[in-house]
Amino acid sequence: MLKAYYHLLLRDLRLALRNRHELANPLIFFVLVVTLFPLAVTPTPDVLQAMAPGVIWVSALLAVLLSLDRLFKQDYDDGSLDQLMLSPNPLMILVLAKVSAHWLLTGLPLVIIAPLLGLFMSLPTEAVSALIYSLLLGTPVLSLVGAIGVSLTVAVNRGGVLLSLIILPLYIPILIFGANAVDVASDGLPVTGQLLFLGAVLALALSLAPLATAVALRITASR
Amino acid sequence: MWNWIQRFSSPKHFYSMSAPLINVFAISALLIGIYGLYLGLFVAPTDYQQGESYRIIFIHVPAAWMSLFIYMVMAISSGIGIIWQIRLADMVAAASAPIGASFAFLALVTGALWGKPMWGAYWVWDARLTSELILLFLYLGYMALQSAIDDQRSADKASGLLAIVGVVNIPIIHYSVEWWNTLHQGATVAKFDKPSMHIDMLIPLMLMALAFKLFYGALVLVRTRNEALYRDRNRRWVRELIEKL
Repeated sequence: MLKAYYHLLLRDLRLALRNRHELANPLIFFVLVVTLFPLAVTPTPDVLQAMAPGVIWVSALLAVLLSLDRLFKQDYDDGSLDQLMLSPNPLMILVLAKVSAHWLLTGLPLVIIAPLLGLFMSLPTEAVSALIYSLLLGTPVLSLVGAIGVSLTVAVNRGGVLLSLIILPLYIPILIFGANAVDVASDGLPVTGQLLFLGAVLALALSLAPLATAVALRITASR
Repeated sequence: MWNWIQRFSSPKHFYSMSAPLINVFAISALLIGIYGLYLGLFVAPTDYQQGESYRIIFIHVPAAWMSLFIYMVMAISSGIGIIWQIRLADMVAAASAPIGASFAFLALVTGALWGKPMWGAYWVWDARLTSELILLFLYLGYMALQSAIDDQRSADKASGLLAIVGVVNIPIIHYSVEWWNTLHQGATVAKFDKPSMHIDMLIPLMLMALAFKLFYGALVLVRTRNEALYRDRNRRWVRELIEKL
């Protein structure tokens, strides 16, 4: 079982690394969207700092949302998803492997580039570490919950807008606590509570979301 | 037992059994609703703080309750449909979604009308308003997914799974929004001790809640019957019905 997890994870990572230009797209999108806000609102550092947590978190949300497509789309189109479902390994574990690969390829790069964006938005240093921690705990949940949505919509023609329609409401708690952690940290207050909540949601999503995704994939495949 | 459930839940059986029930639900909803509205609008005392405008709660609060209740109905019947493959349960879920969305919308609109004189603004980003809005989005997502998938059975299963995921999320969304920002008055009815509301206001409120439930019962029966006719349009029992006309 662990072996299946490991091999599927490596396969997905290898496939993605062969396609390097696609790998950077969500990351560029993330930076680009954040850049739009100073241009659209105002470059004043005070204002930027006030809206930085929300702007960065919303952009991260959208970047993950746009990248969710590649979680199952390609495998669905070329039939390897059906092969995965036929394998004797529990589908939950395979889903978990695919989601882990997705997070390593999109969530983790977002976390790594986030300090730069904090700099763009003139966030104080304490807030930058809160930003990193909250993204570190929050982005895996975005991938896990997103996987449910993709597996329901992967067979739908032009399912992109539909995907955001059904997934964004489910992202709201993460957005609230992630952005709030950064906001509170920039006022110099402790953020343990927010981070603990994000951790709890991550534990819940880690245990339930692969199950729901597996059921959803079977529904999609039965069509 | 199992055979009995199977037979009882067949769309054909449901169609013939449900016809008289609609009238029972609709007429009792109308009578109780009129009496409840009369008590609420004319008999109940004026609120010492909010004056007459509080009377919108007799519509607003039952609508908000219904919007949550119907989501639960949707999720539970979707679960029944997915686990036991009972088609009628899927039909009930699909038929309930637009009704629930309408109630959520009604709760938002009446809340906005009440908010203007009370809070001085039609819309504030208060916790309960926000979670009601999110609930409306959940309904809309369900309906969008339901209509995007052509194959009826997988549309039911997929949107049903979404409803169940939504139910797991509703408490999380509710509490995260609650901690995020709250301005709304606290709960006045569902406290474990005595409700902090005058009995003359509580009775019409409960009557209105009952009337709304019955109204939903009548509506969901009508819509489920339509759904049954539409989905079974190529089956014999529907053909026979048409021939009789």
